[in-house]
Amino acid sequence: MSADRREFLLQTGKLLVLTASAAAAWDYVVAAQPEKAPGYDANTHWWAMVIDIEKCIGCGLCVQACKKENGVSLDPSYFRTWVERYEVDPDDPEHPIVTSPNGGYDGFPESTLADKPGVKTFFVPKLCNHCADSPCVQVCPVGATFRTQDGVVLVDKEYCLGCRYCVQACPYGCRYIDPTTNTVDKCTLCYHRITKGLQTACVEICPTGARYLGDLKNPNDPIHEYLRTHKVQVLKPQMATHSKTYYNGLDGAVR
Amino acid sequence: MPFRSYEHLLRLAAVFLAAAAAFLVVRWLLVPPDYGELGSYRTAAVALNQARAISFAGQAACIDCHTDVADARKENAHAHVSCESCHGAHAAHAADPAVPAVKPDPRKTCAICHTPNAGKPAAFKTVNFREHADEGPCTACHSPHAPRF
Repeated sequence: MSADRREFLLQTGKLLVLTASAAAAWDYVVAAQPEKAPGYDANTHWWAMVIDIEKCIGCGLCVQACKKENGVSLDPSYFRTWVERYEVDPDDPEHPIVTSPNGGYDGFPESTLADKPGVKTFFVPKLCNHCADSPCVQVCPVGATFRTQDGVVLVDKEYCLGCRYCVQACPYGCRYIDPTTNTVDKCTLCYHRITKGLQTACVEICPTGARYLGDLKNPNDPIHEYLRTHKVQVLKPQMATHSKTYYNGLDGAVR
Repeated sequence: MPFRSYEHLLRLAAVFLAAAAAFLVVRWLLVPPDYGELGSYRTAAVALNQARAISFAGQAACIDCHTDVADARKENAHAHVSCESCHGAHAAHAADPAVPAVKPDPRKTCAICHTPNAGKPAAFKTVNFREHADEGPCTACHSPHAPRF
């Protein structure tokens, strides 16, 4: 009986402590005070993104969510993430038609080749690849672009000169000059969210689960099993950027 | 053999020393103190990127209160669709339930995903909305929390 009581007290105590700390963490999340968000150690993470092209329906919700979450410019329209549609015509397979009306923000109109037999059509969501050896980091003359210890490529907007070297250096076209600050801007992998234990906005919102945020340093993360059991590819592997955005079902037509 | 004259060398050395000192002072003035602690960047820049309020509360925050909807959605075609995919960003509502939640459009919201398009995977259910249900709301027949086709 006494053992039961001890057990009960222990469990209750644990529950109380856990609930209190979770509540405290949530308060900080809401108040956007990450420096006080407890329990985040950048050295214990190594973030990566998986994109499953076979699941993407080109709805554009990720583009909308990214703009909403990060205040990305709508007019003129710039993109931290965008969706491209590839149409590979069997009569001219070397020159796929790539369209991305408003970055896929409003979805896609029906393809003009929709009724033509043999045309291969698919959507490819794109974002910063958060390369481990990023050309943009290498070319920044002032150290305003850098890779964090948890593998996220970020911009120091207070330090950026707006020289545009990195915009030219990125092989994936993921950077643009923010017209409001005249400094460079790009996907931060929702650093303000992932460091609080949340998903990135695009992953959170994707209705088909075509995007997955993984932590390569966490041995229990399903990303390891996913990468092992699927035929994944990164964009432009010949650039040796060591991209951490892995695509499942990536067609050779995608450049 | 000793130098016959070395004063000019001392003067030159003084110029070099002054230049080096000036360089160090200017460098000290221009380089932020936290630059280079973790790498070739300011440590403060990391916190700068973190300091942004969230717009999307996240699935966990939604089902914290709306357990009935979470239970209804457990085993159906929409089980893996996040609440905010249809309902939109609701971090303000999650932080303070007094902030009203916005109801999604009962037709346009469905059309975002279920409009036919050649690029969509074959297994994904699409329907021609005009032919299927003229102008009416989809929710008249279908429940988005427990969809049946």
